[in-house]
Amino acid sequence: MRSRARMLTLLGGLLVLLLVPVVAALADQPFYLDLFRRIMIFAIAAVGLDLILGFGGMVSFGHAAYLGIGAYAVAIPAFYGIDNGLAQWTLALVLSGLIALAIGAVSLRTSGVSFIMITLAFAQMLYYLGISINAWGADDGMRLARRSQFGVVNLANGYVFYYVVLALLVALLGLGHRLVHARFGVVIRAAKSNEARMRAIGFSTFRYKLAAFAIAGAVGGLAGALLTNQTEYLTPSYMHWTRSGEIMVMVILGGMGTLYGPVLGAFAFLLLEDVLSAWTVHWQIVLGPLLVLVVLYARRGLYGLLPGRDG
Amino acid sequence: MNWLLVVEQCLNGLQFGVMLFLMAAGLTLVFGIMNLVNLAHGSLYMVGAYLATAALTWTGSFLVAAVFALAATLVVGMLVEVIALRTLYERDHLDQVLATFGLILFFNEAVAVVWGRAALFTTVPRALAGHITVLPGIRYPAYRAVIILVGLVVALLLYVVISRTRLGMLIRAGASNRTMVAALGVNIRLLYTVVFGFGAALAALGGLMAGPIYTVLPGMGEEILIQVFVVIVIGGIGSIRGALVGAVIVGMVDTLGRAFLKPMLSSVLGPSAADNAGPALASMLIYILMAAVLYFRPQGLFPAVRA
Amino acid sequence: MRALRITVILGLIAGLAAGHAARAAEPVKIGFITSLSGPAGIIGKHMKDSVELALDHLGRKVGGLDVDVIYGDDQRKPDVGKQLADEMLKKHKVNFVSGIIWSNVMLAVAPTVTGAGTIMVGTNAGPHELSGKMCNELYFTTSWQNDQTPEAMGKYMQDQGLNDVYAMAPNYAAGKDMINGFKRYFKGRVVDEVYTKLGQQDYQAEISQLRGKNPKAVFVFYPGDMGIQFLKQYVQAGLREQIPLYSVYTVDETTLPAVGEAALGNFEARYWSPDLKNEASQRYVADFKKKFGYTPSYYGAQSYDGILLIDSAVRAVKGDLSDKKGMVAAMRKADFKSTRGKFTYNVNHTPIQNFYLLRAVKGTGGEIEMQIQKTIFENHKDAYYQECPMKW
Repeated sequence: MRSRARMLTLLGGLLVLLLVPVVAALADQPFYLDLFRRIMIFAIAAVGLDLILGFGGMVSFGHAAYLGIGAYAVAIPAFYGIDNGLAQWTLALVLSGLIALAIGAVSLRTSGVSFIMITLAFAQMLYYLGISINAWGADDGMRLARRSQFGVVNLANGYVFYYVVLALLVALLGLGHRLVHARFGVVIRAAKSNEARMRAIGFSTFRYKLAAFAIAGAVGGLAGALLTNQTEYLTPSYMHWTRSGEIMVMVILGGMGTLYGPVLGAFAFLLLEDVLSAWTVHWQIVLGPLLVLVVLYARRGLYGLLPGRDG
Repeated sequence: MNWLLVVEQCLNGLQFGVMLFLMAAGLTLVFGIMNLVNLAHGSLYMVGAYLATAALTWTGSFLVAAVFALAATLVVGMLVEVIALRTLYERDHLDQVLATFGLILFFNEAVAVVWGRAALFTTVPRALAGHITVLPGIRYPAYRAVIILVGLVVALLLYVVISRTRLGMLIRAGASNRTMVAALGVNIRLLYTVVFGFGAALAALGGLMAGPIYTVLPGMGEEILIQVFVVIVIGGIGSIRGALVGAVIVGMVDTLGRAFLKPMLSSVLGPSAADNAGPALASMLIYILMAAVLYFRPQGLFPAVRA
Repeated sequence: MRALRITVILGLIAGLAAGHAARAAEPVKIGFITSLSGPAGIIGKHMKDSVELALDHLGRKVGGLDVDVIYGDDQRKPDVGKQLADEMLKKHKVNFVSGIIWSNVMLAVAPTVTGAGTIMVGTNAGPHELSGKMCNELYFTTSWQNDQTPEAMGKYMQDQGLNDVYAMAPNYAAGKDMINGFKRYFKGRVVDEVYTKLGQQDYQAEISQLRGKNPKAVFVFYPGDMGIQFLKQYVQAGLREQIPLYSVYTVDETTLPAVGEAALGNFEARYWSPDLKNEASQRYVADFKKKFGYTPSYYGAQSYDGILLIDSAVRAVKGDLSDKKGMVAAMRKADFKSTRGKFTYNVNHTPIQNFYLLRAVKGTGGEIEMQIQKTIFENHKDAYYQECPMKW
């Protein structure tokens, strides 16, 4: 199914991630713990997006909205004194999944550029809504008084939080892998390749696509909940359409429809951004053409550059 | 009800719509014929505004600056097409979105490197700085009236070119079935480059006219780009007529919404609720409009006919 | 051969020891976070250039120690700002964090910095939370509290006996704060409060509405490019001569070059202006123009003051950067030559300062510049200090 070389490379990556906190502690550079944790959170969002974008061919430009919803689902209860992590994160998953369901129900009636625009439109609407609600900080945002409380698992400890995020990422990849290779995933991928044929065979592609859309939204919500915990801050700017663009860049850069590619893409994009912006104020003039080159010449993204062939 | 005010706001809506049309026409042409999603269209608008402002500083003549900006952006557009976009025609929309997004980043920084990050000084040419009396009681800024005029003339010209000239015929044929057109011996590559160049020139026209009334600074094209996409989605991709109708509708809805939504809500919900809901709703209005149109007609109002 | 090897090894050891000894006096590390890319990059440039000038004036030493300033670009995003702060605190191990233009970025960064036990010197954003309930021993600002400026304008317009004022601002937290601050002191009739979309480019519709309501004066808050657009369109609509325009944070040295004559006659309220008559300010403006070739703005003056404040603190503890309490005590005294003249801190580490009425006029060189017309407030305190539990 998957070549050994590829398998080993992926395991190697996992090993690196497992060891980052150890190395960071030894070298007395706790900053890298935070940096890698932030990247993994965006990787979770990117993997969720890949489900619908890479596998399903649904170019949703409004994905950042779900991160925002997840973020609000943590910060608002916290504002009113509800710190329980289980309650907050469940709310994040459920709320963003439901809203994705609603938005998807309307958006999936269109396709192509219209689909892109309508998902963008909904995200913009949520963003403008967020910045005008004064009670919850409007665009000033709000501080998160305490990270989500999980009893014995203390997220205030940077290391614990790191491993929680890593565990969630690995679990997500595992679930994603199962989903993509199960009947559900096969239908989605077949629908991307030739929807008319699928419908002719008798599949209700709309329902499958909607389900995938809702799942991706829920995953985005989880990422949002994690992001708020990471920055200990809530801001509606998490929902701005340029953020959606950035997550899309991570997916495409890493390799669409590869599940693991978006993780690579998140690392590449955010590390590059961090390094380049320290180097020059005009870092975007380098990043721009770099993106163009990757699109033109590295068709399967960074994942395609890894050793080994995939099944 | 102050009817004069309503008429004036309709004029404002028309003018805004015309501005959107100039951008939308180029974008929908490129999308319809070459099947290329070009996010960098907003960057061409920006380049047009910058070149016009620079030329104005050198020559002192708005007209000369305008011609220069149009010609130069045409060239820039064709260069971009040849260098960066040629290979994207066969790719799917995602790749195009990403590549042109990369172009946006590049252009924004490029103008910042050349002209700095501060906004450039622009002002309406002295000859057009006054007002004209459209109707008794309505004095409208002359410059904006000229924008409406220019936009309508361009719309007419486009109509004539597309439906009455050989080039227009090639464009329509290429939109319908490009393989067939190539098989008939037409140099499709050249056609694409020319069309893209014209799209760029249209964007530049929008940019150079917007410069004096808006702000010329890096990233100025992004805000208007989203609105332009809304227009072509509503109007129907590939259709100039759709772009015009869509642009005017969006322009009107947005302007009238901003002007009258809060007072209208105020009489229903009370002033303080309207204070909050009004602006929020007004900014969402064109998106709600788009969602509604797509719900009933997913292809837009005037979808271009494809073979 | 052996002798050579021993010599080299001894040489290396000597070199390392010397290097280590040389590093014994650690430099002061200051992390300065601002927006350097994107449309707001011009403000970041003003601030960065001012920091550099301050360092020049101090002889490239802060409190007698070598100094290392690490700049960070927050891209106007709170989570990026926080990441930068983390990087500066944990990787570069800075002794001070300074800068920050935007209130929402400040609200994410300040608690991070003070929570790590490091002193934060804000040089622009003035969210009321940090001057009120969330005030902190380690947080100082050299700018103002956001509301102070519109309060000054409100007082001026109230004192002028103006009535029928039309107020406009973008629809976000700062916009609403500005209009609230204005109404705290302006008790006359407000014809309408209009909130426009953030980032809106075309105000023709709102200007038409405004004209229809026939107010006696217009009060606006439109920072950055929104201000440039609004001003140009206001003047193009012919309203400049008909209805006087009063604004805050709308017309300043970062936007004047783009607006030109359209700004003439505009009123602003501010705590500082390049023509303020005191020695420190004159020196700052003159040297800034000479070094960078453009007129500095208040963003710059605040950042300049921030570096001087840090310098005064480090000097007071004689370079002992671990003496946080000593530095805090020194900062409270604010014993440095500020560009605004007398500099006093309130209990909440927000300045008590004068506010002036400014007007955009044609200067002696033919350029449009802001000039002080009169003093509106003397020793004005912000409206939130009573919510701050600190006492000293």
